[in-house]
Amino acid sequence: MASKKYDMVIKGGRVIDPALGFGKDAYVFIKDGKISKIATPTAAVEKEIKSLDADQIVDATDKLVVPGLIDIHVHLREPGREAAETIESGCRAAAAGGFTAVCCMPNTTPCIDNQETVKFVQDRAKDADARVYVVGAVTKNIEGKELSEIGDLVKIGAVAISDDGKYPQNPEIMRRGLEYARMFDIPVMQHAEDQYLSAGAVMNESYQSTRLGLKGSPPVAEEIAVLRDIALCRFTGARLHIQHVSTRQAVAAIRAAKKEGVRVTAEATPHHMVLTDDEIGKEFNTNLRVNPPIRTASDRDAVIEGLVDGTIDCIASDHAPHQDEDKDCEFDLAPAGMIGLETTLALVKTYLIDKGYLAWADAIRKMTANPARILGLPGGTLEEGSPADITIIDPDKKWTVKADKFFSKSKNSPFIGWKLSGQAYMTILGGRIVFKQ
Amino acid sequence: MSRLHSRHLLGLEDVPKEDISLILKTTDSFREVIDRTIKKVPTLRGITVLNLFYEPSTRTRISFELAEKRLSADTVNFSTSTSSVKKGESLRDTVQNIEAMKIDMVVVRHSSSGAPYYLTKCMDANIINAGDGAHEHPTQALLDMYTIFKKYGKLEGLRVVLVGDVKHSRVIRSNIWGLKTMRASVALCGPSTLLPYEAEKFGCDMYTKMDEALDGADVVNVMRIQLERQQSGLFPSQREYTNLFGLNKDRLRLLNKNYTVMHPGPMNRGVEITSEVADGANSVILEQVTNGQAVRMAVLYLLSGRKEEGE
Ligand SMILES: [Zn+2]
Ligand SMILES: [Zn+2]
Repeated sequence: MASKKYDMVIKGGRVIDPALGFGKDAYVFIKDGKISKIATPTAAVEKEIKSLDADQIVDATDKLVVPGLIDIHVHLREPGREAAETIESGCRAAAAGGFTAVCCMPNTTPCIDNQETVKFVQDRAKDADARVYVVGAVTKNIEGKELSEIGDLVKIGAVAISDDGKYPQNPEIMRRGLEYARMFDIPVMQHAEDQYLSAGAVMNESYQSTRLGLKGSPPVAEEIAVLRDIALCRFTGARLHIQHVSTRQAVAAIRAAKKEGVRVTAEATPHHMVLTDDEIGKEFNTNLRVNPPIRTASDRDAVIEGLVDGTIDCIASDHAPHQDEDKDCEFDLAPAGMIGLETTLALVKTYLIDKGYLAWADAIRKMTANPARILGLPGGTLEEGSPADITIIDPDKKWTVKADKFFSKSKNSPFIGWKLSGQAYMTILGGRIVFKQ
Repeated sequence: MSRLHSRHLLGLEDVPKEDISLILKTTDSFREVIDRTIKKVPTLRGITVLNLFYEPSTRTRISFELAEKRLSADTVNFSTSTSSVKKGESLRDTVQNIEAMKIDMVVVRHSSSGAPYYLTKCMDANIINAGDGAHEHPTQALLDMYTIFKKYGKLEGLRVVLVGDVKHSRVIRSNIWGLKTMRASVALCGPSTLLPYEAEKFGCDMYTKMDEALDGADVVNVMRIQLERQQSGLFPSQREYTNLFGLNKDRLRLLNKNYTVMHPGPMNRGVEITSEVADGANSVILEQVTNGQAVRMAVLYLLSGRKEEGE
């Protein structure tokens, strides 16, 4: 077959690329898995399209065409808990949610603290429906005791390190992690939780935990952890990325640190921007058990404020699959975590864009350019020559979250039954359609 | 009004005033039954009740069991500790297995807050909460309220002080909801480490000084102090607790004249309450136990046969 001029053209949509500062009706041309060009519709361009086969043309009328979304905080559970999720199923969920790239956390079994496990994940991810970037462990088996071989991890492709799920309790270890990571100019991603203060906790400490008689984790457990590591970050000059910010005081601490010039970035999840701990009381729904916990309305509002003013750089799902069998139990016996890849975009649209907190371009920036910048990932833009990772969004599509529609192997979402607006219409990975509504 | 709004008793937080009044009124007639020579009525004949005790509790279990027997119900007991169950069968599987043997009502005690609510999602039986985690213990609060009601002829306007580990006490939570619904004035008193976060949102007066809390109160309900709280550093010593929060004869002087002393038991004599006070003329501690049986009979009776309404 003779080589074509283009493999695919997306026409009729509104193209938004915050990295390029681009936002208008345009055609996106794809060739050899890369973005060939973005062109505004002129007679010449129309003519060019006419020469193409019909099956090469994607009609994106009334839709948004944006760089493939990037989620820098997901748990794919493989290796170790393949019944909850696999790299393959997780990536399919990512594609269905409009994500073309995910960063997977190292708290698997075995833990991603060595080259073999990184390699294993990379191999499994080769033909998956999303790009998988590996985050290695800061300490061996995320035990907070000895540094893992971070140099080795970086060498084979780890883009950052994190002990997510746990927080290195010993400040000396965290200092070394930051200093060591600085050599490779990768950020240390941090799950902020002083585990002395949060011991045994299963929800936020608030009037709700008081009312329900459930052990609460005080918001100060997060604040202290964030403040400690900001201090270490300032001292070492390393890069710190705070994961799933959930409290008002943590947002304030990050805002102040950024103002001062400390090299800190932050992410927040949709669930911390949409839910409050009042929800738990109604039904003790174990899908509302997450770590960090869903906090109060004041914390939720502060997280949104932080997102709006740039204190929080990006939106990440903290997709944490658990099987029904594990979540179908008493609240305090349930494991923490909810899935998020397939609801993030719609929650952002319904609760942040529709409510006037973010414009589409801001929201897209926080799910494309910003995460790519923080971790130095390729993509996050439609710039000519970049990989053709593209998400086409149906911006006002009304839909109801249904458990049996999830591609994730696990269905642990508290949003099941919710009516949301906005959905991925098509997800394109390296020029290949990996998901279509 | 002769029916309860819900077919379960999961807690008192959402139980309306007329339901509490109905339970207290119904308790009266069962209180009379247990004073008879033949302490048995055929009310629940043909009804099977499962006593599901995932946490040990001799008193509450015996009280419920006797209440069931005196109503002529068939009873089955299942008891285990949560720790052993954790490793094995899930709560859902356990109860669904038992329910397959045709159970009508379940009395559940569990160390997890919300476990009784969870059971309503697992089975069709009427669920009665006999204490879940640090959440609620509604029949204990109802018997406390009944005991007070019998003495004063009312609950409204009385000042009730609940002393002890507010943070971990399900008895206190149920008392707060029930007493407030019945328009009593409720005060909480305990060391600040045992007064949970934002407890003021319960809408009760809060005290860390025992003398201030007792001043002008009608009823003082003293809670058992769990000695393991001392090990976990929530208060420095039993001795200091007794000095600051122990109910002794001297402190009784602060109460209103016709005061009442209560304790849900079992007591640590000499720790949260002195023997002199526990056995004193104004103590109703043993009456509480007798009334507990009548209250449980009333609750079992009012909830039985309430299957028809899906919820
Ligand atoms: Zn985490
Ligand atoms: Zn995580």
